Amino acid sequence: MAQDWKSFEPLLIPDIPNLQQIGVYEDNGGYNALKTILKDQGHWSRDHVIDEVKQANIRGRGGAGFNAGLKWSFMPDPDGGPRYLACNGDESEPGTFKDRKIFEYNPHLFIEGALIASYAMAIDNIYVYIRGEYISWVDMFQDAVDDAYEKGYLGENILGTDISIDMEITYGAGAYICGEETSMLESLEGKRGYPRVKPPFPAQKGLWGRPTTINNIETLANVPLVINNGADWYGDIGAEEHPGPVLYGISGHVNQPGVYEYASGVPVMDLINDVAGGIRGGKDLKAIIPGGSSTPPLRADQLEGVTMNSDSLKEAGSMMGTAGMVVMDEDTDMVDVLWRIAHFYHHESCGQCTPCREGTGWLEKVLLKIKNGEGEMKDLDLLLDVGNQMEGRTICALADAAVWPVRHTINRFRDEFEERCKKSVHAVA
Amino acid sequence: MAELSFTDEELKEIDKIKAKFPTAKAATLQVLWVAQRKYGHVEPEVQNLVAETLDLPKSHVHGVASFYTQYYKEEQGKFVLDVCTCLSCQLCGGYEILHHIEDKLGIEAGETTEDGMFTVKEVECLGACGYAPMLQVTNGEYVNNLTKEKVDDLIENLKNGQKPEFESMDMPELEKRNQAAAE
Ligand SMILES: Cc1cc2nc3c(=O)[nH]c(=O)nc-3n(C[C@H](O)[C@H](O)[C@H](O)COP(=O)(O)O)c2cc1C
Ligand code: SF4
Ligand code: FES
Repeated sequence: MAQDWKSFEPLLIPDIPNLQQIGVYEDNGGYNALKTILKDQGHWSRDHVIDEVKQANIRGRGGAGFNAGLKWSFMPDPDGGPRYLACNGDESEPGTFKDRKIFEYNPHLFIEGALIASYAMAIDNIYVYIRGEYISWVDMFQDAVDDAYEKGYLGENILGTDISIDMEITYGAGAYICGEETSMLESLEGKRGYPRVKPPFPAQKGLWGRPTTINNIETLANVPLVINNGADWYGDIGAEEHPGPVLYGISGHVNQPGVYEYASGVPVMDLINDVAGGIRGGKDLKAIIPGGSSTPPLRADQLEGVTMNSDSLKEAGSMMGTAGMVVMDEDTDMVDVLWRIAHFYHHESCGQCTPCREGTGWLEKVLLKIKNGEGEMKDLDLLLDVGNQMEGRTICALADAAVWPVRHTINRFRDEFEERCKKSVHAVA
Repeated sequence: MAELSFTDEELKEIDKIKAKFPTAKAATLQVLWVAQRKYGHVEPEVQNLVAETLDLPKSHVHGVASFYTQYYKEEQGKFVLDVCTCLSCQLCGGYEILHHIEDKLGIEAGETTEDGMFTVKEVECLGACGYAPMLQVTNGEYVNNLTKEKVDDLIENLKNGQKPEFESMDMPELEKRNQAAAE
C-alpha cells in the first residue's frame, strides 16, 4: 500500500468530462448497479444487498466511521407505514469540503447509492438535507434529481418495477449543529435544530416518529461501487480496517489545497508532500488536524508511518473523522488556532445542555485571555478541568468534539501555552 | 411597514414546498427563505406572515427564525459580505481579509455602511476550506482564494451592481476545459 497509492484510479470522482450530466453518467456504466438489482430481485433480495454492503465495510464518511450495512440492518421490518432515508449533506465541520464535490461533479453516483439503500431498507421517501450556504450546489443538485425523475430512476414504478421511491431536496439556514443526525431530523421537521435524546434511535423513531436511516453523502456514493464489483473487491481497496476510496480534503498551509481522491490509508506525509505539493513557502511542518476540527491535532514528530486510516490515526492519538486534513506550518500560533476552534464550538452549541452551553463559553473565554497575554498557568489546568466536566454529559457529541482539541492541543503543545502564560501581564506583576 | 402578503405566484411556490413534507410545519425553513428572498430579511412582521401562511403559531416561526444564522433578523446592506475566519481561513489570512474590508468600508464586522450598500460579517466555516480565505455574498456566490486586490475588485464590481459569477473549484481540470470549449 505505502508505495503504490499513486496508481489509484478515482472511483467517486473519475476524470470523465461532464459526468454530472445523466447521459454521460449512463454512458459510463451509471445506474447499472440499480438496474442489476431491480432486474434480478430474486438474487438481489433486500437482505442480500444489506449483507453485501455490510461485508464491504463502508465506514460512514460523516465522521463516526460506522459500518453502513450494519446501520441499515437496524431498520425494523416494514409495517406498511412510511420509512425514510435522510441524507446528510450539512457538511459544516471546519476543514471539511468534500460532499459538495459530489453534488457538483458526480451527483448521480450519490442518487444511485441512495436508491439502492432505499431498496434495501424498503424505504420510499428520501430527503437530502444540504447546508443553506451551499445554495449554488442545491440548485445544481436539483437539476440532477429532475433528470433522474425524467429518466425513470426516481418516482413511481422505477424502471418498470413495482418499486416507487421519491427524493426531495431541502436545505438549512446556517447552523453547524444540524449536521448532528437527530438535529438534522428536527430541522427537516421544520424546527430549531435541537438534537434529540437517544434512545429511541432514529431506526425506531426518526422523522415524524417513523423508522429512519441517516447516512452521509459520500457514504452513499460508495454503494454502487460495492454492488457493481462486490464486497471483496471493495474490501481490497486501501486500508483493511477502513477500506474504499476516500475524498481527502486538504487545506491550510499547503501549496495545492483541494479535494483529492485516493484509496484509504495514504501516508499522511505523502498526502502533504506529494498530493498537496508540500508546505507553502518551503517552511517546515508543525502539525496537522487529520479529519476536521474536532479530531485531535498531531505534531509533525508524531506522524512517522501514520496513514489515513482509522486504526493508524487512533494509534497515533487522533481520529479519521471526515478526512478533511488541516495542515499547519512552523510559524503557526497554536494558542490562536485553539482559541478559534473553541470560538467555533461555543458559537455553534445549541444551548440545550448546561455543561455544553456553559463549558464551551468558558473554554473560549479562558483561551481568549491566554491569547491576549493575560493568562496564568492555572488557566491551563482550568481548561482541562472544564473539559473533563463536559465530556460524556450531554445530549449530543458536540460537547465532546469541543473538548478533544482543547485537551490534546494543550497536552501536545504545552510549552507554547506555558510560555504565553509566563509572558503574560500576570507573570510580570 | 405596510400590510405584507405573498403574491399568487409565491403562494404557488409555497404549495410546492408544502407538498414535499407530510406536515405544514416542516415547510417553515423553506418558507422563511421565500420570505427573506422577497423582503431581504425576516423581521417580526415577515415572520408573522410566514406563520399565518402556514397556519402555525407565531412563536414557532420566531423560534426557528432566531435559531438559524442565515436568516436576517433585521434589515441588511444591499450586499452582505460573510467573511470566513474559521480554522483553515484563519490559517490562510482570513482575518487580514476581514480587517482589510473593515478598513476599506470604514465599518466593523456586524455593521452596515451608511449608504446602506454593504454589511460585513465574520462567519464560521463555509465548507470551502481548500480555497481559503474566502467569503460569501448575501447567502449566494462564494468568492475563493481572496487577496486584497481580489476584494477591492469585488467591492468595486458590487458597487456597480455586478455580482460575482459562480466559480467552480470542484470540477477536475479536464472537465472545466471541456465546459469552456462547449460554451
Ligand atoms: C456536532 C456534530 C456535527 C456533525 N456534522 C455532520 C455533517 O456535517 N455531516 C455529516 O455527514 N455528518 C455529521 N455528523 C455525524 C452525523 O451525526 C451522523 O453520524 C452521520 O451523518 C451518519 O452518516 P454516516 O454513518 O454515513 O457517516 C455530525 C455529528 C455531530 C455530533
Ligand atoms: S451537547 Fe451542546 S450542541 Fe449537543 S445538544 Fe447539548 S447543548 Fe446542544
Ligand atoms: S474554514 Fe473557511 S471555509 Fe472552512
